[in-house]
Amino acid sequence: MRKVPNNRAWWLVLPVFILVAFSALIPLMTVVNYSVQDIFGPNAAYFVGTDWFREVLRNESLQASLGRQVVFSTAVLLIEIPLGIGIALLMPTGGKRASLCLILLAIPLLIPWNVVGTIWQIFGRGDIGLFGRFLNEIGINYNYTADPVDAWFTVLLMDVWHWTPLVALLCYSGLRAIPQAFYQAAEIDRASRWAVFRYIQLPRLKSVLVIAVLLRFMDSFMIYTEPFVLTGGGPGSSTTFLSQTLTTMAVGQFDIGRAAAFSLVYFLIVLLVSWLFFTAITYPDRDK
Amino acid sequence: MAEIQLNSLAHSYSRHPEGPGDYAIRQMSHTWHKGGAYALLGPSGCGKTTMLNIISGLLAPSEGDVMFDNVRVNELSPKDRNIAQVFQFPVVYDSMTVFDNLAFPLKNAGFPKAKIQAKVEEIAAILELEPVLRKKAKGLTADEKQKVSMGRGLVRDDVSAILFDEPLTVIDPQLKWKLRRKLKQIHEQFNITMVYVTHDQLEASTFADKIAVMYDGQIVQFGTPRELFERPNHTFVGFFIGSPGMNLIDVSVTEQGVRFDDIDVPLDDGHKQRIAATGSSNIKLGIRPEFVQLTAAPADDTWPCNILDVEDLGTYKIVTLQLGEQRLKARIDEDQAISGDTVHVGFPRQWLKVYVDEFLVDEQTEEAQS
Repeated sequence: MRKVPNNRAWWLVLPVFILVAFSALIPLMTVVNYSVQDIFGPNAAYFVGTDWFREVLRNESLQASLGRQVVFSTAVLLIEIPLGIGIALLMPTGGKRASLCLILLAIPLLIPWNVVGTIWQIFGRGDIGLFGRFLNEIGINYNYTADPVDAWFTVLLMDVWHWTPLVALLCYSGLRAIPQAFYQAAEIDRASRWAVFRYIQLPRLKSVLVIAVLLRFMDSFMIYTEPFVLTGGGPGSSTTFLSQTLTTMAVGQFDIGRAAAFSLVYFLIVLLVSWLFFTAITYPDRDK
Repeated sequence: MAEIQLNSLAHSYSRHPEGPGDYAIRQMSHTWHKGGAYALLGPSGCGKTTMLNIISGLLAPSEGDVMFDNVRVNELSPKDRNIAQVFQFPVVYDSMTVFDNLAFPLKNAGFPKAKIQAKVEEIAAILELEPVLRKKAKGLTADEKQKVSMGRGLVRDDVSAILFDEPLTVIDPQLKWKLRRKLKQIHEQFNITMVYVTHDQLEASTFADKIAVMYDGQIVQFGTPRELFERPNHTFVGFFIGSPGMNLIDVSVTEQGVRFDDIDVPLDDGHKQRIAATGSSNIKLGIRPEFVQLTAAPADDTWPCNILDVEDLGTYKIVTLQLGEQRLKARIDEDQAISGDTVHVGFPRQWLKVYVDEFLVDEQTEEAQS
C-alpha cells in the first residue's frame, strides 16, 4: 500500500508548536540572547561569545553557592526518601486512622512556602519560639541566626518537615497498589520482613520513587523562598543557595549577561542530574 | 508431609455471624491423609479458597481446629506450618530472575547454596523453565509466570502439604493438560500431600485419587471419582458431576413407594422405612442419564414417554424425554437407534437413588447424613 503524503496534517500540530514556543522556547531563547551579549542600552549591545559563561564558571561565590546547593540537595534526598518510605510503611492500611494520617501528612504540603519560612523563623527563635526556647532550656546552645551549623540544621529540618509528607504520600499510594496476593505468596514462601520489603515492596515502589526523587531533587535544588524567609541566606552566606545568588545577581545587581549565562548552566545541571537519576533508577529494569 | 485434620471447623467473614447464611464454611470435620493427592471440587463461591487459606494459615478459622499430625496449628503462621500454596493468578517477584524466584522459598529457609541450585534446576527441568531461567520474571508470558508460581510451591520437598488454588485457570488448554500430568508425576515422585482446588470435574478426576465435593460451605461427599459418579451422596454431587448431570425428580410418598405426576415408582421396604423415619417431605429420585434405559417395546416397570430432542455428540447421544411433567435426559450409545416420538423408559433399581433433604438414603448407609 502506498502512503499518500498529506502535509496538511501539520496544521493540526501547529497549536502545540505555538504554545510551546511562547511558554518555553521564546523565553529560553531570550535568556540565550542575553547570555552571549553585553547590553548597555537599546542600541548598544555587543556580542561577547562565551565570555559570560567563562566568567560565571570561575566566579568563586557562585562556586561556593553551588557547593552548598549540592550538599543541601544530597542531604534532603538522603533524609527525606528513606524517611518517607518508612512513614508510608508504618501507616495504617485502611480505616479512619489511615484517613487521619493522610490529613495530618497533607497539612505541611498545603501551607504556602513563605508561610513555612515564617513559621520556622518564629518557631526556632530562642526568645519566643517554642522550638528554639525548648532547645535553649534543656541546655543546648541554639541560635540559627548566628551559628551556621544551627542555621543549616534549621533549614534542613524545615525542608524535611515540609516535604517528607510528599514522599510518604507517594510511597503510601504505591504500597496500596500492591495486590494482597504478593504478601500472601511471600508469607507462604516464608519471606522475612526485610525480604518482603526488599523484593516485593521496594521494586513495586520504583515508579513512585522515580517521581519522588526527581521532584525532591528539582525542588530542593531550586529552593528559594523558605531559606530566604528563614535565614535570608545567612549567617554570612552560609545558607545562600543557588537561586538566591542568581536572584541577587539578576535583580539586585542587574547583571543580566552573567545572570543569563548562569541561568543556562543552572538549567543544564538540573536537567543532567534529573536524567542521571532517572536512568540510574530505571536501568535495572531493562532486559539485556 | 503431614496428615491434615479439620475438627468442627467453621468460618464466617462477618464478626458476629447470625444465621448459617453468614458462614463461608459451615461446621464440618475432614481429614486429608498423609501423601494423598486430593481435589476439592465445587462451584465458585462455595468456600473452597476459604478452606485452603485456613489450611495454609493465611486465614484464622472462626471456630474449630486445624491439626497437622495431631498437633493444633491454628495459631501458627504459614511459615511455621511449612506449607506451600499456589494461587489462582500467577504471583511472581518481577524484579528477580526466574531462577531467583524459584530459589526464593529455599533461600528464606536457609538451605545451602548447592542444594538450592540442584533443587531449582530439578524443578525447572520438570516444568520446562530452563530456557528462561536467567530471564527477569517481568517479561514472561502468563503461562510461564504461572509455571514459575507453581515452581515456587514445588521446590520445597520438606513441606507438610502443597495447596493448589485453581492454578491452571489462566493457562492454555493444551498446556493445562500437560501441567496436570506433571503435577501428578511430581506427586508420584515425591509423595507430598497435595490438595487441588478446582471447579472442573475433569481436572479434579485426572489429578486426584479422591475428590471432596464442596457445596455451600460444606464437604458433601468425599470419594473416588467412581464413587461420586455411581453413588452421589448429595443431589448437588449428582447434578455437578457428570455431563449432563443427574436427573432429579421431586416425588411424594405413597403406600408402595413414591409417585410423581400419576406415575408410581415402587420402593423396597428398607427405603420406605427410612423415608418414613425422617418425616421429611423433601424427597427426590435421582438417576444418571447414563443409566436410564430406553426400549422401543413396553416391558415391566417401564413408562411410555415423548422424545423432545436428540443431540448427537459424536460418540454418544443425549435424548431429552418428557415423562409426565418432568424432563429427563438419557445418554445412549451412538449406534443405538432411536425413532418415532415415543419410547419406553425404565429405571434400573440399582441406579435409582432416593434423596431425602438432598442427602442420599440407601440400604448400605445406616442413616442419612445430615
